[in-house]
Formats: sequence, structure tokens, C-alpha cells
Amino acid sequence: MVKNVFKKIYTFLIFLFLYAPIIVLIVFSFNESKSRAHWTGFTFKWYVEMFKDQQIMTSLYNTVTIALIASIFATVLGTAAAIGIHHMKKTPKTIMTNLTYLPVLNPDIVTGISLMLLFILVKFPRGFFSMLLAHITFNLPYVILSVMPKLKQLDNHVYDAALDLGATPAYAFWKVILPQIAPGIFTGFLLAMTMSIDDFVISFFTTGPGVSNLAITIYSMARKGISPKINAVLSILFAGVILMLLIINNRMSRDDGRKENVA
Amino acid sequence: MKKHLMAYPYALWMLIFTMIPLALILFYSVFAIDDAGIHFTLDNFKRVFEPLYLAVFWRSIKLAAESTIICLVLGYPMAMILAGKNLSKKSILVVLFVIPMWMNFLARTYAWMTLLEKNGLIATIAGFFGIDLPSLLYTEGAVVLGMVYNFLPFMVLPIYSVLVKIDKTVVEAAEDLGANPITVFRRVIFPLSIPGVSSGITMVFMPALTTFVISRLLGGAHFTLIGNLIEQQFLTTMDWGFGSALSIVLMLMIMLSMGVTMRYEKENEGGGLW
Repeated sequence: MVKNVFKKIYTFLIFLFLYAPIIVLIVFSFNESKSRAHWTGFTFKWYVEMFKDQQIMTSLYNTVTIALIASIFATVLGTAAAIGIHHMKKTPKTIMTNLTYLPVLNPDIVTGISLMLLFILVKFPRGFFSMLLAHITFNLPYVILSVMPKLKQLDNHVYDAALDLGATPAYAFWKVILPQIAPGIFTGFLLAMTMSIDDFVISFFTTGPGVSNLAITIYSMARKGISPKINAVLSILFAGVILMLLIINNRMSRDDGRKENVA
Repeated sequence: MKKHLMAYPYALWMLIFTMIPLALILFYSVFAIDDAGIHFTLDNFKRVFEPLYLAVFWRSIKLAAESTIICLVLGYPMAMILAGKNLSKKSILVVLFVIPMWMNFLARTYAWMTLLEKNGLIATIAGFFGIDLPSLLYTEGAVVLGMVYNFLPFMVLPIYSVLVKIDKTVVEAAEDLGANPITVFRRVIFPLSIPGVSSGITMVFMPALTTFVISRLLGGAHFTLIGNLIEQQFLTTMDWGFGSALSIVLMLMIMLSMGVTMRYEKENEGGGLW
């Protein structure tokens, strides 16, 4: 009994530690005055000001468009790559799989700097497009690592059966393989989206003057001082991410359910 | 249709955007370019071992190690509690535990800035009780706190995913044979959870070692870590050679620590973060 109470208190304290800063952040985005310690009244004015702030709006636009384009591109290229790697012989397969892990394990700062050096050296103008290329690069492994397990679960006989029944390889691919690996592709896409929206370090090094995503804007604002406008942006961003998390979670649990049905 | 060909565009992409950039870092670290042309040099690596920079490395390792130990001490009991819950409660708690991780990394660090600053909430609350707190922001403690806050889930999740897989009958067998709870933990549960612990340690230690954001925002200019030093070389002093050498040393350190912990991770690839 005493042990259970202790467990509850411990869980409560850890969750308090994890959530308190976020809750404080959200609560003070509705605070009338600029103070982060004294509650002076409820207001939406920081949200209004946030929408009027050109810099915040442009960086929000950059964040969303880069995340969307980069994850769509990475999903297509990554899915093709996963299928290709899956059909490789043992040695090239091992090499490619290890190569895929490299950007995941490499420190962000090294990835960012190495890409920056590349862009400078080939005189590729740094800005929106360099950032987009960098995002595609670090998104690719997440797509591949989500699709690969689905390919391993595939029953190759079904594909063969489709061919025996007269389907062309392309038709069999669209009608048999793709629907089966679709959950992995979708998970990879959403994972890529979230990584892209969350990224600061790699974007910071690969972008040029004047072009920033939300994380970079928050960083430069936070270094200058604190503004409730940032709280407002972050609250909205957090709400968006929670929504996406709910979709992913829903997706994954449905997926698990399907697996159980098969078994 | 030769399906393996489908991986070629990706292979080309990786060559251009991963392999060549890394090769560039290696190149700049050992070659100096001046009026006389390009020549080989180890000066950049020699500079890394100057006392001034060794101190930065030492501080980074110390702060990362401190945060890793705190994460382990705080996280292990949490992982045990999560693993001990019944199924429906368990999944809700795990999701609740992961949610803060989905808030932007910068946002989480920024949130602590507003809590710790001189007129922040913590100082104000302490003020109500007549306690005059010293400045909390821009201290070593603030940097460690930021690391623990950001990386705690990376410790808990791998340990949790190993603990839930432990065969309950093994624990029961130990109890039947007369082991008290402490012995069961020391001789059965903990040894079985080593793969999770080691991947947790890697997953906290590595980002803590390489961060430059947490140290900049919560430590101000006082706590230069390896990450900050590398950032300075590329964005302020423009010393690419030295910056590249630092990056190479950092990568080697990461690989070394991975190599040490990998030994324990055979059956637990990736530690269940996927």
C-alpha cells in the first residue's frame, strides 16, 4: 500500500516536471501583460499580434511548406529506395542499410555543417532551397526505416500469384504490394513531417540570410529577450503537433489491430 | 523489372548530400589552403589538444555525463512504474509521457528560460515565501536541467521497452526460490534490463554532448560546449579547418561511445524509439 502511494507520487512528480513548463508557456500566452510571472488578465491579443507579425508568419509559411515538400519528396524517393534495398543481394543490402543509419546517428551539428560546406563550395545560394534539400536528406532515413519492416512482412507469394493470374508487374505492384506497405509509407511520411517541423540545428546551418523557419525565428527572438508572441506561436504549434500525434497513434493502433486479425 | 535499381536514385542522393559533405569536413580538417596551394597539415588537430579547448571538451563531457546519470536515476524507477501498470493504463501513460517530446525542442528549452529568469515564475513563487533566490538562469545547473528535461524520455523509453519484455515467470521463480525484492532486482531484473540501460545512456549522452542550443539559451555565454565551439568556428571566426577538426573529434567520440554501448544492445536494436 505504502509502495503504491509512493509510486503514484513519483509518477505525479515526473509528469509535473515534464508538463509544468509547457502548461506555464501556454497559460502565459493568454496573459494580458508581458510578465511571465504575474497573471494580469486574460487576452487573445498576443495571438492577434502574432498573426500581424510579418517575420513570424513568413517563417511559419516556410516551416510548413518545407515540411510538406520535403516529406512528400522523401516519401517517394525513400519508398522506392526501401523497395530497391529490399531486393538487393546481401552485401550491397548491408552497405545501404548502414549508410541509411549514418545520418540518423551523426550529430545534427555535423550534418548541418557538412551540408553548409557543400552548398558554399558549389556556390549553391543558401536559402529556401538549400534548406529544402537538407530537410529531404535527413527525412529520407526515417521513411526508409518505416517502410523496410513492412516489406519484410510481405508475403511474396501473393505478388507471384498476381503475376500468374496475368497481372503485369506494374499492375501487381500497384494493386498488391503498395496497399500492403501503405501503412509504413504513411507512418514514414508523418515521421518525416514532424522531424522537419521540429528541426532547428540543420536548418540553422543550411539557410541563408533572411530565410528562416519557425525554430530559427524562436531562437533569434529568445536570444534577444522573451515575448508573449513566441508563447502564442508555440501554443498553436503544440496543438498542431498533438493533432498529428493523434492521427499517427490512431493509424498505428489500427495497424496493430489488422496484424492481430491476420494472426 | 530489376527492382534493386529503384534504390539507385537514393544512393546517388546519399552520395551527394551525405558522403561528399562528410568528405569535405575530413578534407578541411587535414588540408590547409593558402597562397602556396593546398598542403597537408595536422595543425588543426594539434590545436584541439590545447588546454583551452581541452577544457571545453572536459566541460562538455562532464555536463553530458551529469545529465545522463541524473536521467538514469530519475528514469529507471519511472520506467519500472510504467512497465508495471496493467495494459490499458500503460499505453495511456506511455503516450502521455511521450507527448512533451513532440513539442518543438527549442520551445521546451525556451519554456525553461521563462521559468528560470530573474523575474520568472520560480523566483516569484520563492519570493512569496520570502526566499530570495540567486539568479537561476545562465548557470551550470540550468544547462544540466535543460538537458535532463529534453532527454529524459530517451532514457525512460528504451528501459521501459526492455522491462515490459522480461518474462514474469523468471521473476516469480526467483521469488519462489526465496529471493527478497532487492535481490530480485539486483540479480534478475537489472541484469536483464542492461540493453535498455545502455541504449538509454547512448541516447541521452550523445545529444547532450553535441548540443549548442541548450548551452546557449540556458547557459548564456558562460558555458561554451563543443557544439558552441564548432558553431563559432563556422559562423563567427570562419576557421573551417579547426571547426572541421573539432567535428571529426566529436564524431569519433560519438562512435567510440556507441561502440562501447553497442556491445550490450544485441537483442535490442535502436532501443524501441521507433
